[in-house]
Amino acid sequence: MTTNTDLTTEVPAPRDSPAAPRRPAKEQRFADGGGVLNVFSHGFLALWAVMIIAPLVWIVLGSFKTDAQIGGSAWSWPAHWGFSAFSYAWHQGIANYFANTLIVLVGSVTLTMLLGAMAAYVLARYEFPGNRVIYFFFVAGAMFPVYLALVPLFFMVKNLGQISPLLGLNSYLGLILVYVAYSLPFTVFFLYSFFRSLPTAVHEAAMIDGCSHTRAFFQVMVPMAKSGLISVGIFNVLGQWNQYLLPVTLMQQQHGGDPDRSVLTQGLLNLAQQTGYASNFPALFAGMTIAMLPVLVVYLSFQRQVQAGLTSATLK
Amino acid sequence: MRHRKYPFIVGFLIIPVVLYVVLVIWPYLQTFGYSLTDWSGASQTMHFIGLRNYTQLFGDSVFRTALLHNMLLLLVLPVVTILLALFFAFMLNVGGRGGTGGVQGVRGAGFYKVVFFFPQVLSVAILSVLFQAVYRTDQGGLLNGVLVKLGVESADHPWQWLADPNFTLWCVMGVLVWSGVGFYLVLFSAAMQSIPRDIYEAALLDGAKRTQTFFTITLPLLWETVQTAWVYLAIAAMDAFALVSTMTPGAYYGGGPNYHSEVMSTYLMRNFITFGKAGYACAMGVVIFFITLILSVVSLRVTRRERIEY
Repeated sequence: MTTNTDLTTEVPAPRDSPAAPRRPAKEQRFADGGGVLNVFSHGFLALWAVMIIAPLVWIVLGSFKTDAQIGGSAWSWPAHWGFSAFSYAWHQGIANYFANTLIVLVGSVTLTMLLGAMAAYVLARYEFPGNRVIYFFFVAGAMFPVYLALVPLFFMVKNLGQISPLLGLNSYLGLILVYVAYSLPFTVFFLYSFFRSLPTAVHEAAMIDGCSHTRAFFQVMVPMAKSGLISVGIFNVLGQWNQYLLPVTLMQQQHGGDPDRSVLTQGLLNLAQQTGYASNFPALFAGMTIAMLPVLVVYLSFQRQVQAGLTSATLK
Repeated sequence: MRHRKYPFIVGFLIIPVVLYVVLVIWPYLQTFGYSLTDWSGASQTMHFIGLRNYTQLFGDSVFRTALLHNMLLLLVLPVVTILLALFFAFMLNVGGRGGTGGVQGVRGAGFYKVVFFFPQVLSVAILSVLFQAVYRTDQGGLLNGVLVKLGVESADHPWQWLADPNFTLWCVMGVLVWSGVGFYLVLFSAAMQSIPRDIYEAALLDGAKRTQTFFTITLPLLWETVQTAWVYLAIAAMDAFALVSTMTPGAYYGGGPNYHSEVMSTYLMRNFITFGKAGYACAMGVVIFFITLILSVVSLRVTRRERIEY
């Protein structure tokens, strides 16, 4: 432990006269015996950061390489910087998958938030017979893995399709409703405790002024619950954007002539298969880059909210 | 307040509840029912056969292998993830030099937190394709590429990560840890930040070392969060479906080579959809459900401690 200057963050050590011993006594105690530990832990933190970043950068670089380069050595550097792999992947369906994902997501997140907030609000702030039972049912749903319900669910959606093809398999609305239903447990659970924690006074004042229950909800409670809604909204956007099992099961083309409504995560695996056969790995890497980019941008711009949203959600 | 209360309540609840019951609760309940039948999944004909699926299940060697793998995941995944996450969280929040500046994280803590958390927002499809590329069996794979470069293995015989029976399950575990640590790190950080700084400062004045403060202050005060993390990881260890089914070799839903990465969920799906043994698969689902339930209850009981108020 020769110096501590590079590791002390806030207050620089007072400059000693050259004759004085280099080591100030008191302040260093906390880190005593930490010399080795410090190098070790900093090394470990940096190593983990590299382990996270390296594969991602490697993928992005891979989308500029040729197939031979990718197969040849992991360390090869792209020979020329062209976007042909990107345009290939984009036209190979990524553009289409992107649009499908957006359509589904806009509908499902909006509906999840609206219906989730409505249910949570009523359950949290109104007394009525059956209140606890309904709440319990909602919370219980968060415990099971989705694949346990998958086949009955498949037949349920298929049957709904017989009522109206707009609701059935490989339909936007069908998938939207399923997303909403499976996002409700968590959304209700989270917003329930949130609505409970809001002060009653404002709400009562609004009611005395002759506000209807519905208006009080939309004009008083929803604005007050904004921070909670944002947290759970981010959670739902990420969760549904990344959903894999449900679209794979419910959004397969049923007949040859059906439109391909694969969402992005599903399309990526399709692309992985195609490019595997065609030996076109740059296209696959480009597809992954395209799929990661929006998430990265959203995450970096809202990382505080994303982290806070996801963790506070789990701890509640 | 009571003015037109009930119409309002019904109006607000009816759509979410109906949607939820029809698409979530009812399918789950059906799974329980189907587990007592010989339903194939393709047609609607089925016969009630009582508990025969369950007795058959425990004689099924593939299911036992899968169960064993889930138990291995259950032992390794939470321990490794929680230890790493705790260590990182401690470093990033209170591990910095005490000095006169008080208790703080190491330099660059914010940056590390942003980077470590990122895999959490990547979808399993991306994780799966990404790590298939990382585990490639030739030098073009990132892992083999690095190992060849380091001289650990020869370029002529790179390791067959996902195709090697000894490695395949560990490869999946690696991905689970890689992507999960960041989330638990942030979870623990949030809990650590609610621990008052003066406790640390008092310990510091008393001459406590960094490791001491971790074991005497941080860990006890964090116990409840660790417990929550344990339950979440246990549930994840019982699942592991998406990664195993897309990453590991095997005709339907992965699980290969030769069942060496089989987990209960992949075997369940293969029976459900490929083999047309829906009733049998539902029985597996019920078993998984009860194991998960028992695990959460047990882990919450065993790790329960006095709640510390501060």
